[in-house]
Amino acid sequence: MDSKRRKDSPEEEKKRQVLPFPDEILECVLGFVKSHKDRSSVSLVCKDWYTAERWSRTHVFIGNCYSVSPEILVRRFPNIRSVTLKGKPRFSDFNLVPPNWGADIHAWLVVFASAYPFLEELRLKRMTVTDESLEFLAKSFPNFKALSLVSCDGFSTDGFKVIATHCKNLTELDISENGIDDAGGSWLSCFPDNFTSLEVLNFASLNSKVNFDALERLVVRCKSLKVLKVNKNVTLEQLQRLLVQSPQLTELGTGSFSQELTLEQYSDLENAFSNCKTLHTLSGLSEATSLNLHLICPACTNLTFLNLSDAALQGAELAKLLPNCPLIRRLWVMDTVEDKGLEAVGFSCPLLEELRVYPAEPFELDAILGGVTELGFVAVSRGCPKLHYVLYFCRRMTNAAVATVVKNCPDFTHFRLCIMNPWEPDYLTKEPVDEAFGAVVKTCPKLQRLAVSGLLTDLTFEYIGKYAKNLETLSVAFAGSSDRGMQYVLGGCPKLRKLEIRDCPFGNAALLTGLERYESMRSLWMSACHVTMNGCRQLAREMPRLNVEVIKEDGSDENHADKVYVYRSVAGPRRDAPPFVLTL
Amino acid sequence: MSRPLEHDYIGLSEVSSMESSEKISSASSTVSTEEEKSNALNLKETELRLGLPGSESPERKSGAGVGVSLLGRTVEDKNGYSLGVLKNFVSGAKRGFSDAIDVSGKWVFSGNGGSEVDMGKGAVLFSPRGVNGVKSLGVLENANQQPGSAAPALKDVVPPSPKPVQDKKPQMPAANDHVAPAAKAQVVGWPPIRSFRKNTMAVNPAKNNDDDEGKSGSACLYVKVSMDGAPYLRKVDLKTYGSYKELSAALEKMFSCFTIGQCGSHGVPGRDGLSESRLMDLLHGSEYVLTYEDKDGDWMLVGDVPWEMFTDSCRRLRIMKGSEAIGLAPRAMEKCKNRN
Repeated sequence: MDSKRRKDSPEEEKKRQVLPFPDEILECVLGFVKSHKDRSSVSLVCKDWYTAERWSRTHVFIGNCYSVSPEILVRRFPNIRSVTLKGKPRFSDFNLVPPNWGADIHAWLVVFASAYPFLEELRLKRMTVTDESLEFLAKSFPNFKALSLVSCDGFSTDGFKVIATHCKNLTELDISENGIDDAGGSWLSCFPDNFTSLEVLNFASLNSKVNFDALERLVVRCKSLKVLKVNKNVTLEQLQRLLVQSPQLTELGTGSFSQELTLEQYSDLENAFSNCKTLHTLSGLSEATSLNLHLICPACTNLTFLNLSDAALQGAELAKLLPNCPLIRRLWVMDTVEDKGLEAVGFSCPLLEELRVYPAEPFELDAILGGVTELGFVAVSRGCPKLHYVLYFCRRMTNAAVATVVKNCPDFTHFRLCIMNPWEPDYLTKEPVDEAFGAVVKTCPKLQRLAVSGLLTDLTFEYIGKYAKNLETLSVAFAGSSDRGMQYVLGGCPKLRKLEIRDCPFGNAALLTGLERYESMRSLWMSACHVTMNGCRQLAREMPRLNVEVIKEDGSDENHADKVYVYRSVAGPRRDAPPFVLTL
Repeated sequence: MSRPLEHDYIGLSEVSSMESSEKISSASSTVSTEEEKSNALNLKETELRLGLPGSESPERKSGAGVGVSLLGRTVEDKNGYSLGVLKNFVSGAKRGFSDAIDVSGKWVFSGNGGSEVDMGKGAVLFSPRGVNGVKSLGVLENANQQPGSAAPALKDVVPPSPKPVQDKKPQMPAANDHVAPAAKAQVVGWPPIRSFRKNTMAVNPAKNNDDDEGKSGSACLYVKVSMDGAPYLRKVDLKTYGSYKELSAALEKMFSCFTIGQCGSHGVPGRDGLSESRLMDLLHGSEYVLTYEDKDGDWMLVGDVPWEMFTDSCRRLRIMKGSEAIGLAPRAMEKCKNRN
């Protein structure tokens, strides 16, 4: 519902006659411009375009919730229906950010309630959301349709009771990977009997059992349900009943796949899966036995995304499964498949574009056996020339292998290699793995995201600074030899937006080299480096439009800046910072 | 053992034979700057302390190879490669257990903490503090020979802490020793795996290569014990204890060296005065919770089920921070109900 604009003065009317066509049409045309980056560009063309763009924008993406305030947002964009907000720095996923750091959604919701009463969608990542906020949300926005919470915290499953009860037009409830209080599964039973609009339901990461009858009835009456991802408590037998009611699913996340089935149950499930002709994404399969794994084969013909990261498959099992999925473009596995499994991937998945290999035992420091190595990596690259996204956890790697991989797959956009033991050298030559990442940046001009690991000197960063012209996100841990490393990156990488560093020997000199850069970046994170409070204060002094925040830990040296978070903001310093966050 | 080591790492001459020469030049230039800047001997600053990587003293000027804190890393430089790090690390660092504790409250690595931990390939959380730069070997050697004397002449060198240094086993093998990786260290938040994945990694026992976990019925019942923030895991034989109390006491003793650091925030002096009861407070209070992973792969709070049932089903133990243990209690209750 567009609010009316004030009438233009005669001078302005005259000015507007210069325009080839009236604003209304411009706004209409701009309505087709969806990408927020494009919209940003549009808004910079001229004042009129800026105005037209802001009136016609319905979706806003805010990559750092502290870069702007809700008041500024609603002032600029009056007609927003959909908001995407990201909060904490990414390293909070790995417990590097203390609890109660901030990124609370509530202040935003209060402003939205008055400015955007017709808000429909809210997608949050790494934000703190309380049950009270969820209740406020459910009761303040009558048109509310889609709620997505990824890696958020602060709420319990009780919060969903209110959502289920009050959001009559809800189409999407997507809860992933959150650190929340599991207060039981009764929230699912709160959807009223006349509620039929659900299209997306994802509660795979919740631990408690939901009432299966309530779930079944919900699935039955929601004929538009396209995405259903249940949690581990849903058995295979129960899954079968859900599947027969929803053959129209495009994305399915199964519950536990370990049940021992009778012949009849097995046959029923086979039939159910055969009916899922439109499935393109499959996940879950936790604790899948070899026998049960076979059940999904009939549903795999059109599968483009197979997420086996919860199913500790062996190589042979994967090898048997993959030929049934010829169209696979994205594959996530656990490293239990080992190199043999990856060879099968190289063999059976010619269209593969994205591969993620997660470690089964990431904290098993003594695990030298098992897992994947450089051999599996090379094997995949040989068979999958279209591979452009990789996340690979391993315990050993060689420079030569990585060079081979990027030679086979020069189109990498996302290269995230995690050699799990810090400072691990090339296991054959015992040299640093500088040349590996050098090969990546030299060979892959489209590289946008890079995560480095292993034994690395400043040379790696020299390569990165020099060659990675399109790099936007760089993650560094336990790497580098001196300030020069970070300086190389800050002196190169023209498109750098996010830089996150931990446990590296970069200090004030390096931090201050980036003075000119940080305003064109979203954020910088440095923890357990050699930066001091004085260095941070200097940065804050010279760059007043940056927020320079230091997270102080209990009992640490008072001059040492344990964790530094620097980001640009038009909203000024945080007003809600907890005592352990010092804004300089 | 450590003296030749110091030669290797502190002597800039060795570094000059390295390929990455820019490191050296920047190192030496920064070193001279630091020398100029530091006038008086600052004892606190030059005190050698251990802490997590990066937890250096404030005044340390950055860069210049005062770098990545892992010492063990550069030990293996067969090709003569050495990270800038050890150039500046002054090891006079035969420190006893008590000296290895950083008053600042960080947990520290103890070479003597009851287990044989070699500085092998693993990441050990070491960082030399207050290392301003390296002047000369001679000065260094003086420092090492007289641990207690902080002569004013030692401008930039790090004398070991004034406390009596108990020479225990060297914490770094010599440069050319290829030390077999023993119990390696666990670093907070590394590898970068989201916590929701930690618990789903309950590998099917039938497929588990790691056989010595949770073997029941035989003479011993070893389970791994990990503690959030501690550098390495321990193993305990559950059969040697008869009750939760015994297990708890044993764990407290075993992990006391790690929790001492945490006491800093409670106002307890880091070294002295740490009593068992204080530790129990820590373990039983809000800071830490003792949990275990059972046969089904679920994480439960320790103490809810009868002892025998516990030893039957426990596969591994974990001392986790209270904040992470949210949601465990209800599950434990539910499970108990289901079992009874």
